[in-house]
Amino acid sequence: MNSKVTRRRFIKGVVASGAAATTTGMWYAANGQDRPSGAVERLIRINVNGQMRSVDVAPQETLASTLRYKLGLTGTKLGCNRGECGACTVLVDDVATYACSVLTHSMKNARIETVEGLESPNGDLHPVQQAFVEELSPQCGYCTPGQVMSAVALLRANSNPTREEARHAMSGNICRCGSYDSYLNGVMRAVQLG
Amino acid sequence: MAYMHIGKDFVPPDVPGKVTGRIKYAEDYTRDGMVYSRLLTSPIPHARVLDIDASEALAMDGVFGILTADDVYPDGEPQSTGLKILTNEPTLVGEPILALAAIDEKTAETAISRINVTFERLPFVLDPLDSLAEGGPNGYPGDNNTFVFRQGFATEKWTEDQVASFRAGNEPTAEAQQTWSLGDLEAGFAASEFVYETTFTTAGYPHHSMEPRSAMAYWEDGKLYLHGTSQSLTALADGMAPIIGVPKEDIVFINAATGGGFGQRARAGSIPSMAIPAKLSQKINRPVMMRITREEEFTIGGARQGFQGWVKVGFKPDGVMSACDIYIISDNGGKGGGGDASSAADCIDVLYQPDALRFRGTSIVSNTGHRGAQRGPGQNQIAPIIAPIMDKAADALGISRLEIRKINAPRNGDVAGPRQTPFTSAYVPESLDMATQQFDWEGRQSRRRQRNGSKVIGLGLGQGYHNAGRSGMDGIVTMGTDGRLKIHNGVGNLGTYSYASTSRAAAEVLKMPWESCDILNVRTDNHLPITSPQDGSNSIFTNTRTMFGAATDMLNKMKEIAATDLGGDPADYDVSNERVHQIADTSVGYSYAEVAQRALELGGKFTGEAELPEELAEWTQISVSRLAGSAFMGVYHDPRHEGNPPGFTVTCCEIELDLETGKYDILDMVTIADSGTIVHPQGMKNQLVGGAVWGIGLSGYERHLYDPQNGLPASTGYWQSKVPTYLDTPVKIGTGWVDLPDPENPVGARGIGEPSMGAVSAALTAAITDALDGHHFAAAPITADMILNHLAGTEENAVPLAQNNFRG
Repeated sequence: MNSKVTRRRFIKGVVASGAAATTTGMWYAANGQDRPSGAVERLIRINVNGQMRSVDVAPQETLASTLRYKLGLTGTKLGCNRGECGACTVLVDDVATYACSVLTHSMKNARIETVEGLESPNGDLHPVQQAFVEELSPQCGYCTPGQVMSAVALLRANSNPTREEARHAMSGNICRCGSYDSYLNGVMRAVQLG
Repeated sequence: MAYMHIGKDFVPPDVPGKVTGRIKYAEDYTRDGMVYSRLLTSPIPHARVLDIDASEALAMDGVFGILTADDVYPDGEPQSTGLKILTNEPTLVGEPILALAAIDEKTAETAISRINVTFERLPFVLDPLDSLAEGGPNGYPGDNNTFVFRQGFATEKWTEDQVASFRAGNEPTAEAQQTWSLGDLEAGFAASEFVYETTFTTAGYPHHSMEPRSAMAYWEDGKLYLHGTSQSLTALADGMAPIIGVPKEDIVFINAATGGGFGQRARAGSIPSMAIPAKLSQKINRPVMMRITREEEFTIGGARQGFQGWVKVGFKPDGVMSACDIYIISDNGGKGGGGDASSAADCIDVLYQPDALRFRGTSIVSNTGHRGAQRGPGQNQIAPIIAPIMDKAADALGISRLEIRKINAPRNGDVAGPRQTPFTSAYVPESLDMATQQFDWEGRQSRRRQRNGSKVIGLGLGQGYHNAGRSGMDGIVTMGTDGRLKIHNGVGNLGTYSYASTSRAAAEVLKMPWESCDILNVRTDNHLPITSPQDGSNSIFTNTRTMFGAATDMLNKMKEIAATDLGGDPADYDVSNERVHQIADTSVGYSYAEVAQRALELGGKFTGEAELPEELAEWTQISVSRLAGSAFMGVYHDPRHEGNPPGFTVTCCEIELDLETGKYDILDMVTIADSGTIVHPQGMKNQLVGGAVWGIGLSGYERHLYDPQNGLPASTGYWQSKVPTYLDTPVKIGTGWVDLPDPENPVGARGIGEPSMGAVSAALTAAITDALDGHHFAAAPITADMILNHLAGTEENAVPLAQNNFRG
């Protein structure tokens, strides 16, 4: 586990900033072309999937909003937009993080990875993605990118987890279809695929 | 029977898109010039809109227009239950009053804050029994509290004494709105050795699909293009066209993937909000995106009907259920409900085959989330109520818990329900045997109620049922001169993979390698046939019939072309290796590419230009007419089937309940299905484990909570109406199936999505009851608070039979 960034620390940071106060707030932030007077907006550069991306970010804008609506990375899903479901999970410096609950402005020195960045340059799926295909882990698929990212984070921290360890590591991701058993099968297969 | 595709795993074509994030849901789309819609929703549970002053909002820069109920219902709102697109008489908090479109959502929200809506407050109610009591508030339009089919809104009242007596645990004495019965109830109870009677409650709770029901729409060349979310493609579009007011040939519904359905996205009537961006786009002549928040999804996303009921069950000395008398008040929510209560009674009749049964039911308003079909509506609410009663009967009569279920189990040749419909097939005793053997049910009996410190073991056995098949739909397959089979499939993609697995039936008929097949779905202008909505566990049964039929039509045409051109009779021909050839001499024949070329040359019935089935649905006729002459075509209209194709499940589970915390761990769980031939084992397993998680939620967690003073919802998120997580579910769930074919389906298949939940809820509730020495809460969910209160010997402080509120 990265010593600098933990899920708890992220949540505490978000609570302090008030970023997750309302579901709709970030949408206005993401799509607001009419900027509130006096607000500080600026162009910043963030490292997403190994590329430095310049993006115009509102002060209260969440990472999920930036990824989806500014950078077109719609693989990151918004299920609740208030830190309950995990559909928006991305990796920040290898740590599984709710992108709806962290401000983009706090990401300037971070390494962000989304589901779009997992495939190899030749198009091969990441072992977790391949394992999820083979185990038919997804059902509706809406939570799947978040499940994938949590599994990748787990396997980077622990390359040989038990099923029980995997269950705990994945527990921040809700699947309303109830495909937990199949996702855990996928995680354990990913261990084998390396 | 040896199949090429049926019963074998495969990778559905959308799965790579799901693990890479490439597959698009409605909110992932954009369109040049797209503007954004936000909703103004009702802040109070029941009101009448007296005036809307939007002048200041409409004068703002970047605001393009608003849409109100007067716009969408120029002749007045429908005087019926059911969600409306927009309304001037909201009957629940959060119901959409108007929509506003602006350059961005911030501007839209700011503009909405400047709209003045004058509401007249009207009485509201959160507990149906409060409304049922004489003098109680009525939450429907016109000061009504119920809706009677073909009559409209009405008022149903009991005396205060009648309500109080029911709340006190007694049989309701008022006349019910609806009733049906089978056999001689009085004689059934007279013959009973053991009789058990109780009142019960089951909670309503939201669907909480992961994807909020966002939608985007635009008009181009007179056609409406609607990006939405649904359990079905053609069934949805077919019903949505008249709601929006657009001819069926002028709507294109685009829906590559749906982020969860569970009943409330099956039919257009349950998701009319998609008409908002469509109508707003038409009004302002711009593409409109309407993003829906989690809170809005809670409000308009639908909920399960809660039950306030009373049941009395009698058993003969030999364990046969001799009589069941059940009376249910259904919570209709703010927009009307469904037929859950009658389905619950029907389920008892199916699963336990009583000698006599009487159902009585009344549906009453509460100004809470709108109710409608949710995974096993009725069958699944009653499952956790009845299972512990079966165990009590077994214990009282000295029969094992497994044996009493086998004694009463439905079998091949049995009938059930108000019309005494025969099953198409039924293998429940076999399922009980398989489940208990796989679980080692008998071997574990010695562990029952074993204590380990503060923890105690409980064992539970449960059964689930839902009708699992329909018919009367259409099928289309085509083939071009490349010889590839194109399977036009109107089944939606909500995660069951039924759109793909039903397509396998067409490939099976033509012995087509899967790699040579293309499924055309995603958007309705792929010329799709009408299908039944993907609800009611029917897709596998219903649409393998249509796919099989369409491919058989193509097969017969192939043989006819080959026989005409190459000699002999069509019966002399068969297919293999993508060729139609003589059986006696396989070198004489056509490749599929060649026969498709010949079909195009011949035209007429071979290309959909003549001799079509007369009964094709209007939607299918439109699709066929657009394809006609362009490809070799197989077309089929499926006739009605006979009987009730059931889906059955059996679950065994073991829990360890902590008497100090009221919480429990599910140590082991096995679910076995009887759903005919298994078409897609991985998909089948997913339905079983997914249903298991839903069953765990029904038994232990999910519920509606409303502020009793103001009628505000308090459970809009995933936490307050808690969806089970990884940690609430077993580390591993065992699954299996009896895999015996059903005679009414060409590949022997029946559905399973809904019963997979009921059996788990029944087994888990039975296990909780077992761990607590047989204490029967007669409720779902059973929360940790309720368990602790029971163990402490304290009285519940909630009003008995309360709905939409805490118990504990």
